[in-house]
Amino acid sequence: MQNSFQIENPNPSFLETSRRDFWWIEPFFTAIGLLAFVIYSTWAAFQNEHYQWESYLSPFYAPLLEYDWWPFSPAFLILWAPAGFRLTCYYYRKAYYRSLFLTPSACAVGGRPQNYRGERFLLLFQNLHRYFLYIALVFCVILSYDAYISFTFKDGLGIGVGTVIMTLNAVFLTAFTFGCNSLRHLVGGNVDCYSCVNFGHQRYQAWKFVNIFNMNHMMWAWISLFWVGFTDLYIRLVSMGIITDYRIL
Amino acid sequence: MSETLFKIFRGERAKGELCGYSVEVTEGMVVLDAINQIQARHANDLAVRWNCKAGKCGSCSAEVNGKPRLMCMTRMDELPLDKPVIIEPMRRFPHIKDLVTDVSLNYEINQQIRPLKPKPREADGTYRMQQKDIERIQEFHKCIECFLCQNVCHVTRDQQVQEFAGPRFFIRIASLAMHPLDTLNRLKELKDVFGIGYCNITKCCTEVCPEDIAITDNAIIPLKERVAGAFYDPLALLWRSLTSVSK
Repeated sequence: MQNSFQIENPNPSFLETSRRDFWWIEPFFTAIGLLAFVIYSTWAAFQNEHYQWESYLSPFYAPLLEYDWWPFSPAFLILWAPAGFRLTCYYYRKAYYRSLFLTPSACAVGGRPQNYRGERFLLLFQNLHRYFLYIALVFCVILSYDAYISFTFKDGLGIGVGTVIMTLNAVFLTAFTFGCNSLRHLVGGNVDCYSCVNFGHQRYQAWKFVNIFNMNHMMWAWISLFWVGFTDLYIRLVSMGIITDYRIL
Repeated sequence: MSETLFKIFRGERAKGELCGYSVEVTEGMVVLDAINQIQARHANDLAVRWNCKAGKCGSCSAEVNGKPRLMCMTRMDELPLDKPVIIEPMRRFPHIKDLVTDVSLNYEINQQIRPLKPKPREADGTYRMQQKDIERIQEFHKCIECFLCQNVCHVTRDQQVQEFAGPRFFIRIASLAMHPLDTLNRLKELKDVFGIGYCNITKCCTEVCPEDIAITDNAIIPLKERVAGAFYDPLALLWRSLTSVSK
C-alpha cells in the first residue's frame, strides 16, 4: 500500500493529473504552431514590401488596398478580418484555450487556477464569429480571383509554381471557411423540421454539404493556416530574387 | 499469460490509498475482467459498480491511468503493462467507497430540464416525422449516461462552476431543442440556468465519450450558435425589434 492521497479534490493543482501518456505533446506543438504563425504574419505585415511579383499577390495583402491617407502597411487594413475569423473560430478556440490559456491544457489535467468565467463577459465577442464568416466568404472570392489572375504572365497565359501555390491557397481557405460551424448553423443547422419549412430540402442538403467540410474542420484549419503563410513566403522570396518562379506551362 | 500489477484506490469518503494487486492478464481481457479477478482472489470487499460488461449500461466508469474510461471497454492490450495500471474513481463526483461515486447530482440536474412538449397531433391522431428531421438527434439518443463527460469537463471538475449543467445535459437539451415536434423555446434557460456560456469548446467531453457522440460539434456548438443568434447577434436583434417577431 502506498501513495496515500485524497480524491474529489475541489481545486486540483495546476497540471495535476494521473495521466501517464504524453498529454503535453498536443498543446505544446499547437502553441508552437500558433505562435510561429502569429510572429511570421505580423513580421510579414510590417515589411510593406516584396508582397507582389508579376501577377502574384501575397494573401496577406489581398485585396491590395493602397491609399495615400494610410501611412502604414496595407496588410493592416485587411488582416484584422481573417485574424478575427480564426480568433473566434470554434476549432481555434479549443486550440488556444488548451495550448495558450491552459484551461485546461489536456483532458483530466488540472487547469490554470483563475477566476473562471468561460465565454462570458469580455469573451462574449466570440459570438460575433458569424460576422467574420461573412467577411471570410468575401475573401474566398477575392483569393480565388487572385488565383485566377496568377495564370496571367507578361507573355500571356501560363502556369508557374506560384500559380499552383496560390490556387491551392484559395482552395484550402475555402475548404476551411465552408466547414465553419456558424455557416453550418446559418444554412440549415438552425432548422428543427426540414419538412415543415420553405426550402427545407435545399437547406437540409446545404447543411449536409457543410458537414462534409465541418467533419475535418481542424485539418482544414491547420492546412490553410500553414499554406497561407507559405504562399506569402514563396511570393516574398521570388520577389526578393532569392528563388526563381519555375514555369510549368 | 503475464502478471501485471494493478493499483486500485481503496477507501471511503474520499480518504484512502492506492493498493497493489497482482493480476494474471490473458488475451482479450478488459480492465473490468481484472477488477473481477481481484474481487474474486484478493479483495472480496472491493466496491465497484458494473452491470452489462458490454459498454451499454454506463456503470463501470472510472479513471484508468488518469483517463476517464469505461472499464469494460478498455482492453488490457491498449495499456502499457510494464508499469502498474492505476484505477481510480471518477474525481468529479462525491466518493462513496473504493471505485464507487455518488452520481445523483446528475439526476438532479436532469430534473431541471423541461420534457418534450410536442405540438398537437395530426387529424388522424398521429405524429409524422421524416427521417431527415429526426436523424440529427438520433445520435444523442446513444448516450448511456456513463457521466464520463460530466467527470472530465474542466468547468465542473477543476473550476467547480455550479451554474453549469455539463455536456451530458447539453446533449439532452439538444435532443429536445432540435426535435421536430418540440414547441418550447429553451434558449433563455440554456444561457441563464444551464450556463452554456461557461463551455469553452475544449472538447474533452467528445474525447472521452464511449459512444463516440460528437458532443461538442453536434450538440454544444449548435446550441451556442442558437444562443448567439437569440441574444448576441446585433443585426438579428435589430431585425427582431423592427419586425417584432420573436420565436
